[in-house]
Amino acid sequence: MRMSYRAAGAALLALMLGTVQAADESVAAGKELAFSRAKGNCLACHYIDGGASPGNIAPPLMAMSVRFPERAKLRAQIWDATVTNPNTIMPPFGKHRILTEREIDQIVDFIMTL
Amino acid sequence: MKMTHILPLLLLAGSTLPAHAATDPQADIDKFQHYYLKTFSSVERSDFANGAYAIDPVGRENWEAIEEFPPYEPFIDEGRTMWETPFANGKSYADCFPDGPAQRQNYPHWDKEQGQVVTLALAINQCREANGEKPLKYKKGAIASLLAYMAYESRGQVTNVTLPEDDPRALAAYQAGKDFWLARRGQLNFSCAHCHAGYTGTQLRTETLSPAFGHTTGWPVYRAKWGELGTLHRRFGGCNKQVRAKAFPAQSEEYRNLEYFLTMMSNGLEFNGPSARK
Repeated sequence: MRMSYRAAGAALLALMLGTVQAADESVAAGKELAFSRAKGNCLACHYIDGGASPGNIAPPLMAMSVRFPERAKLRAQIWDATVTNPNTIMPPFGKHRILTEREIDQIVDFIMTL
Repeated sequence: MKMTHILPLLLLAGSTLPAHAATDPQADIDKFQHYYLKTFSSVERSDFANGAYAIDPVGRENWEAIEEFPPYEPFIDEGRTMWETPFANGKSYADCFPDGPAQRQNYPHWDKEQGQVVTLALAINQCREANGEKPLKYKKGAIASLLAYMAYESRGQVTNVTLPEDDPRALAAYQAGKDFWLARRGQLNFSCAHCHAGYTGTQLRTETLSPAFGHTTGWPVYRAKWGELGTLHRRFGGCNKQVRAKAFPAQSEEYRNLEYFLTMMSNGLEFNGPSARK
């Protein structure tokens, strides 16, 4: 039997679109978490493009994929920033379970778009 | 804005020394006050008694407008009535405080006989209990009104908390207060010093982080957020909850020791309570 190239192509496209859609959803969820006072509340301290009344305690979140070429490093920074800087004021979002692992992934997805 | 974080580090360095190493409160006071005076070099020393409004010009404008018709005024009157009303046994607060209601400068202090820090709020309840009256709740209500009256009568007195040298327990209480102020706390992992020393003047969303130098001068406070008067220990509890830590009870040993340390750090500033805050 032979699957038509057309069918295979359609399937692949659907898969890719699905992945893109899932990624979009994660970015959107991450943005909501980052702006929410009860959850990430990144805006309390960081400027984020599009966020109202940001704080200025910490560096603005911009050009993040340049500043953090390694996604894992950014994630680790959110999970427990005291590892790289024992005196940091940044809450350890993963270590203290302020956010779930999944929520941290979503926030990283969002922040990497900035 | 780049902040120097030297103050928490300096104070921390002191508290990590072995217990037998000398703690020098006067050196702490000097370092503490120098940090704020240097960081906010255009602010007059005396102006730190006005809290965040010493360093936040926009907030200050609103605050000055509010002070034209002070929201705490009715509470001062209520406190005056309490002061003038005898207890059931015929005695009154004046029997406990023979020098009158202007007592602010005498508190908090180390009480050698009791072996603890005595705050004005604690002294008020000790007076009540000694006269057969029920103690008042410590966060708001009647005690806040009486404190407002006594603070009002004390306006202009200068903070001068001392550490008696003949009782090592006083130094231990001071050290406990200092350690509390420096310790990370709660799910958010902040110490008092993080926000109110290291990052003072920066903005948490739209809120300017207030300097700890002057944190003890204006109590009790009519806070718009509360819509009523509250005590210093009520605010301590609120701060602890904000970092998602369990608050200690008002007038607990922890908070009294913290008040002892924190008030001493503001030595030289005038008491100007009651006051209004956002």
